[in-house]
Amino acid sequence: MKSGTRERAFLSGNAAIARGAWEAGVRFAAAYPGTPSTEILEYCGQYDEIDAQWAVNEKTAMETAIGAAYGGARTLCAQKHVGLNVAADPLFTVAYTGINGGLVLVTADDPGMHSSQNEQDNRHYARAAKLPLFEPSSSQEAHDMTVAAYALSEEFDTPVMLRTTTRISHSEGIVELGSRAEAPAREFVRDMAKYCVLPHNARRLHVKVEERMAKLSAWASSCPWNRIEAGDPSIGIIASGIAYVHAREVFPQASFLKLGFTNPFPADLVRRFAATVKTVIVIEENEPILEEQVRALGIACIGKDRIPICGELNPDILHASLNEFAKAPAPARIRMPDVAIPQRPPVLCPGCPHRGVFFTLRKLDCTVTGDIGCYSLGAFPPHNAMHTIVCMGASITNALGIEKAMKEKVHGKLVAVLGESTFMHSGITGLIDTVYNQGRHLTMVLDNSITAMTGHQPNPASGMTLKGKPTKALDLKKMCEATGVESVVDVDPFDLKALEEAVKAALAKPEPTVIITRRPCILLKGYKPERHIVSIDRAKCVKCGQCWKLGCPAIERDPIDGKTRINATLCVHCGLCARTCRPGAITQEKGA
Amino acid sequence: MSITNILLCGVGGQGTLLASNLIAECAMEAGFDVKKSEVHGMAQRGGSVVSHVRFGPAIHSPLIRTGEADLLLAFEQLEALRWSEFLKPGGLVLMNTQKILPMSVSAGNGVYPEDIAGKLAALPAQVTAVDALGAAEKLGNAKCLNVVLVGLLAKRLPAISREIWLDGLKKRIPARLLELNQKAFEAGWNLAA
Repeated sequence: MKSGTRERAFLSGNAAIARGAWEAGVRFAAAYPGTPSTEILEYCGQYDEIDAQWAVNEKTAMETAIGAAYGGARTLCAQKHVGLNVAADPLFTVAYTGINGGLVLVTADDPGMHSSQNEQDNRHYARAAKLPLFEPSSSQEAHDMTVAAYALSEEFDTPVMLRTTTRISHSEGIVELGSRAEAPAREFVRDMAKYCVLPHNARRLHVKVEERMAKLSAWASSCPWNRIEAGDPSIGIIASGIAYVHAREVFPQASFLKLGFTNPFPADLVRRFAATVKTVIVIEENEPILEEQVRALGIACIGKDRIPICGELNPDILHASLNEFAKAPAPARIRMPDVAIPQRPPVLCPGCPHRGVFFTLRKLDCTVTGDIGCYSLGAFPPHNAMHTIVCMGASITNALGIEKAMKEKVHGKLVAVLGESTFMHSGITGLIDTVYNQGRHLTMVLDNSITAMTGHQPNPASGMTLKGKPTKALDLKKMCEATGVESVVDVDPFDLKALEEAVKAALAKPEPTVIITRRPCILLKGYKPERHIVSIDRAKCVKCGQCWKLGCPAIERDPIDGKTRINATLCVHCGLCARTCRPGAITQEKGA
Repeated sequence: MSITNILLCGVGGQGTLLASNLIAECAMEAGFDVKKSEVHGMAQRGGSVVSHVRFGPAIHSPLIRTGEADLLLAFEQLEALRWSEFLKPGGLVLMNTQKILPMSVSAGNGVYPEDIAGKLAALPAQVTAVDALGAAEKLGNAKCLNVVLVGLLAKRLPAISREIWLDGLKKRIPARLLELNQKAFEAGWNLAA
């Protein structure tokens, strides 16, 4: 569709960032998948001109991206907010060395924790690492700011951060597109004073960083991304990111200082704006980062004293927090029917290979340290078979620590559970620690052939690159054995008997052990397991409840007779329930 | 200020995403500013899913306010009830009569409310309940349930012409599935006259 001469498309924030990167001439992109950032790299991979790759973790992604930028390519690196913690070590230092080809680092934060373990606000990283920061408030801005960030990166010889939030990454809007402009080729020139952060070089580089930030501070007050939108002078709202568009809904009459470039802080512009309005209100999601800087200028304002720090903002919350400033009363609400509405939390899919693992661990009453992935759902009822979840890779090291603290009290019942992608990401280092420091817990690597929770990305064990090209597949068993674990066993997690025996045998050993469960994710494209038709003879059901412990959405308890019934539209005939059925009511036969 | 707010809700795996994309892109084609918001990731694993679609002359926030949804397009009954608080008084509920039991109910720890259509009709709301799954199955593919529901909705959105909808289907649906989905759209269009 054309509007004037510019082509338009309906894009998510993530797609808009990839499109902007392509237009800016980006040639290389790297990331580890993480909601809500994942699709940025997937979209990058759809452009022939961008060599996009999944890294084994965010640190290797960042380091490879830094290398590509040193090598002269315009480069993008994306991660979810907690992913930047993993990549923080190179992040702080690349701020010193600067770049060669433009480098944009996207952080996708998750206020409201839709798919995350914490609500950290990564604008703190931009301030701490002294990096320029863009905060788009729509798909159009995500696109435009990405393009602009490359020019800024090369002009100021610095990586540039672009921070989205879930509602920017996963909302869609109309974007006016541009065309690709190849960036001029830049060679890597050996320059130890710039690229080798030995102390004597780093001391000089730190001075340069401070000089750069001073220049950028002046730029921030004059750049087109920060603008005053004059309105009713009695209310002056300073807002960035998604908070800005929510605020425009509730306070359409107000004066706005719309901030799209927030680090370094545009102090002069804020002073000018504050002088023209009566009451200053700072509206931002999560942390009071802008607010504290406004207050540091000696400007009184309303902010987190009224607007919640915790959770995602929306127009309803802004209206309730700042009711007396709203243009109109809040919309009338209908009265909901007075009836309890059962929750519908996410569940392991019918046919999920992880289900048998949690059934077994619960049956054996194991203490389970867990990790980040679909299998985090093992913490929900009826499994209740995951007792710690901290961060990517923490399952193994948490188990080691628990052993160190509790010794024989947990020997024989302590199990670390993580997926193969998470194991490669940062579990392997924990396994090395476990062997080196003489732990003896069982580590279970659930290999489902894909990074599943984030929407099926290939990983180093899948033998496939992001671009869909075949590559070497990492041998998980050999890797575990190489750490010094003597007992590394492969099991099919659908074979409940074999699985239970393997877990018992491993836990009986006074040494570290590994079980790798092997079965693809049921949703894996092209995976067609043999269909052995599952059926139930309800006359034989004695309501023992074994099958209910599987937590399978296809298994229902009939509200009238209390017996099991199988939901034919949800059942994928994996047969796990037939293996738990003691009276033989549920059976599985080879069928068509 | 004539903004149309449509909230789509259902259960992960029912195809709400394709439906919301289709609605949003057709609204764009009709010349409106459009925003859409939904959450991906963990919620998709059989959880409750919701999409906000807003179109009009100019849209700021991608989120519909509580009490401002003109239309609730519900792919499942319990989800219709859960998200009905977004309806504006007098708003329209288009509900597929399919029931998908949440884990707590199938495990016997919760109760699936009875007569949801009746409960919704008792609100200040207009309710149209249809067997969209049945219509999709009649066409031989339960998966086109989402396009049946889009057809049902499309008839009630005069701001977007029939031609734009049919064109939108052509653009979005792979050729081998186009005929099926065109039939699904027609079935939805004619489902509750």
